[in-house]
Amino acid sequence: MTQTHIFDVIIVGGGGAGLMAALNASKSAKTAVISKLYPSRSHTGAAQGGIGAALGNLEEDQPEWHTYDTVKGSDWLGDQDAIEFMCAEAVQAVYDLEQMGLPFSRTPDGRIAQRPFGGHTNNLTGKPVRRSCYAADRTGHMILQTLYQQCIKNETQFFDEFEVLDLILAEGAVAGVVALEMATGELHIFRARAIIFATGGYGRVWEITSNAYAYTGDGVAVTLRRGIPAQDMEFFQFHPTGIHKLGILITEAVRGEGGILINDQGERFMQRYAPHVRDLASRDVVSRAMYLEMREGRGIKGGRYLYLDVRPETVNRCAEEDGRTRPDGQPYRVTGEEILSKIPDIADFCRTYLGVDPITQPMPVQPTAHYAMGGIPTDLYGRVIVDAEKRVLPGLYAAGECACVSVHGANRLGTNSLVDLVVFGKHAGLDAARYATEAALPELPADALEFSRQQLDQLRNGDGSEQVAALTHEMQAVMFEDVGVFRTRQGLESAVEKIRQLRQRYAQGVRVKDTGKVFNTELVNAWELGNLLDLALVTAVSARERSESRGAHAREDFPERDDARWMKHTLAWLKDDEIRLDYKPVTITRFPPKERVY
Amino acid sequence: MKITFKVLRFHPERDEKPHFDSWDLEVEPTDRVLDLLEQVRGFYDGSLAFRRSCAHGVCGSDAMRINGRNRLACKVLVRDLDSNTITVEPLLGLRVLKDLIVDMDPFFKAYRSVKPYLIHTSPPVADGRERLQSPEQRERFDDTTKCILCAACTTSCPAYWSNGDYVGPAAIVNAHRFIFDSRDQGAAERLRILNEQTGVWRCRTVFNCTEACPRDIKITQAIAEVKRAILTGKLD
Ligand SMILES: Cc1cc2nc3c(=O)[nH]c(=O)nc-3n(C[C@H](O)[C@H](O)[C@H](O)COP(=O)(O)OP(=O)(O)OC[C@H]3O[C@@H](n4cnc5c(N)ncnc54)[C@H](O)[C@@H]3O)c2cc1C
Ligand code: FES
Repeated sequence: MTQTHIFDVIIVGGGGAGLMAALNASKSAKTAVISKLYPSRSHTGAAQGGIGAALGNLEEDQPEWHTYDTVKGSDWLGDQDAIEFMCAEAVQAVYDLEQMGLPFSRTPDGRIAQRPFGGHTNNLTGKPVRRSCYAADRTGHMILQTLYQQCIKNETQFFDEFEVLDLILAEGAVAGVVALEMATGELHIFRARAIIFATGGYGRVWEITSNAYAYTGDGVAVTLRRGIPAQDMEFFQFHPTGIHKLGILITEAVRGEGGILINDQGERFMQRYAPHVRDLASRDVVSRAMYLEMREGRGIKGGRYLYLDVRPETVNRCAEEDGRTRPDGQPYRVTGEEILSKIPDIADFCRTYLGVDPITQPMPVQPTAHYAMGGIPTDLYGRVIVDAEKRVLPGLYAAGECACVSVHGANRLGTNSLVDLVVFGKHAGLDAARYATEAALPELPADALEFSRQQLDQLRNGDGSEQVAALTHEMQAVMFEDVGVFRTRQGLESAVEKIRQLRQRYAQGVRVKDTGKVFNTELVNAWELGNLLDLALVTAVSARERSESRGAHAREDFPERDDARWMKHTLAWLKDDEIRLDYKPVTITRFPPKERVY
Repeated sequence: MKITFKVLRFHPERDEKPHFDSWDLEVEPTDRVLDLLEQVRGFYDGSLAFRRSCAHGVCGSDAMRINGRNRLACKVLVRDLDSNTITVEPLLGLRVLKDLIVDMDPFFKAYRSVKPYLIHTSPPVADGRERLQSPEQRERFDDTTKCILCAACTTSCPAYWSNGDYVGPAAIVNAHRFIFDSRDQGAAERLRILNEQTGVWRCRTVFNCTEACPRDIKITQAIAEVKRAILTGKLD
């Protein structure tokens, strides 16, 4: 017997965005959170560096500067109304988190501590500004824990280890979702008036990634299959500093604290690429500079990595060269101990995975697939938009990394994702609850489970000629090679072709051998690979069509930004194997496009 | 290098009782134990069940017994184990649901029982900004903010094995995180809960929990601090 549950608001995902939505929706609507992981294991917990908000605790700062920096960081593809809204709300959002108990690090006078981060500047001097509010190097962990704690206090209802497989639509509105209960293998129907997707990113499409195994883009894939477009998927951020080969992230805060990148000749090469802010330029800029260095043979020992150096002697030498000062005007000087106290987890990762002590040895790093700027298109209230005319689908919401508001445009600034989660998670929750009080509960279609069953049956009935793990590796290699930091038409065409073939092999050849129902992780992994392949295809096709370079999308055959033709958002629909594209204008309010230099 | 990889298996729909399966694997010394589990599930036996997500020791999904000790599979490298045989078993003290997956419900229930959230009844600060907290006050409970709820500590504790009603080290760590937070006003309530039969007095200071913690939290010390607070009624 299929179990059916009824709620006003269902939230899919228990990370930062989902929990924030839950706390707000449950104020006035019967709400539940469905999550494939225990919420405390969501990837928000991996965020390290901080959450950006112009509190001005250590020096002058303003939400307007945060807004401009975000617009510039987005390479003018971000929607300025949304960015302005987010940066203004960020300040209160951080105070709210503190109210909930978030243990931020503190300044000597007891205020929330702030540190510099890439692309965040004092707009008058152009110098890095301390805007990132942090809790050591585990800010995301603290946000996730704090929100989870508040949900416990609130007695929020959770369905943990339930994998959502499908979105049910009826009468032009949402009617519910279908989820697989991992512990029993049973399908459940969750009927609701409003559904919020908060399922996180899809970085597992790439070979080297900072992203969790769970980052398989489920929310975007599920909505794509129900005819909802995905926006700006060609913009995927490669973070400059992943641990060599493993991709594990070394936060930008290491450079915020004075760490620098060096090449095989021991040169501080970022000076040549971003003379003003150097190592703290925007992520896309730094990742490209690293690729160019490696291509010129200046990778360490000629290889595919560089060094990130945060040894105190290096930090102090560079701080002296740059004339960097502390808030009180004293020259910036640090000891090894101070560095360790600011980045304890990073030091732990280095010791565990590299056998390197960052205070005495530099860290081998390479760009790592990190963050999806694109996703399910939404407006300021998290309402999902289904076409270029900005029509909303009643009752459907998205927030967090799986959504595209768009506040990050072509490139996200560090610390802005956590802001995005908290601000838009909240508003999606509030608006979904408001909508749910007005809307009727749609009747279920007769075949509510059919599409889910169909998908699972296909995975049980393939001819068995393919292995999920092998297909995954092939996809990741193709995407890292041809849909990575630098792209060309030729590479993208070949990637599209290869992904199409992989999708075919997947559809015909995958056969899940475990026939059991209890925790059939083989089945779930196989289903998730289907999601990754769909998103890989959408990403590659969207990238192939965009014949310009903007933010994280760098085309070697079109090295310039082309505002006349490409100042617009991509919308992509997937039907079977075909992708249809359309474009939506960018909202520009106060900041007309300019050249982007750091 | 070649190693023998042994995993304690239990498939509830198939097996009467647990048994070991073993594979000879070609691995790198820098491989994580999690990589070996993925290798087995991906290429030799898809039915092998385990939890994982972040793969770098921050989400708490993959605590298990590795060569007899509670560790995160993603935070132990082959070279750390210094052995040609690697044996992996589920955590002790929680019911095994399938292979390495144990029932986490009792663990989270114990966690919830200590009121793991900020209790604060005074009105917000008048200027609408943050409450002040000195770096020293913040440092006081820093260690216990690191917990990722992986259950490695609780399931390494002999007192927990012998009595599952004991809230266990992880719950006490999370109570400590609030008891010693200068902003919190719920210490008395939590200390009362932890002074009950199921609370801190079950701890026999065996230190297993401290050794098991993948986040290097000084758990036994935290428990001792809570015990002292109960006895003295003071939070310093
Ligand atoms: C290593 C790292 C460091 C970072 N550091 C920073 C930083 O310092 N500052 C910053 O601003 N950003 C940072 N980011 C980015 C930021 O952390 C993420 O973008 C953000 O946390 C995503 O939050 P979310 O709520 O959207 O998703 P998540 O927290 O990942 O939550 C997704 C949720 O969806 C659930 N889910 C997914 N699929 C399904 C399904 N099919 N069915 C049911 N549930 C499902 C999962 O269980 C999970 O609960 C970092 C990212 C990484 C990887
Ligand atoms: S997989 Fe996250 S802690 Fe190991």
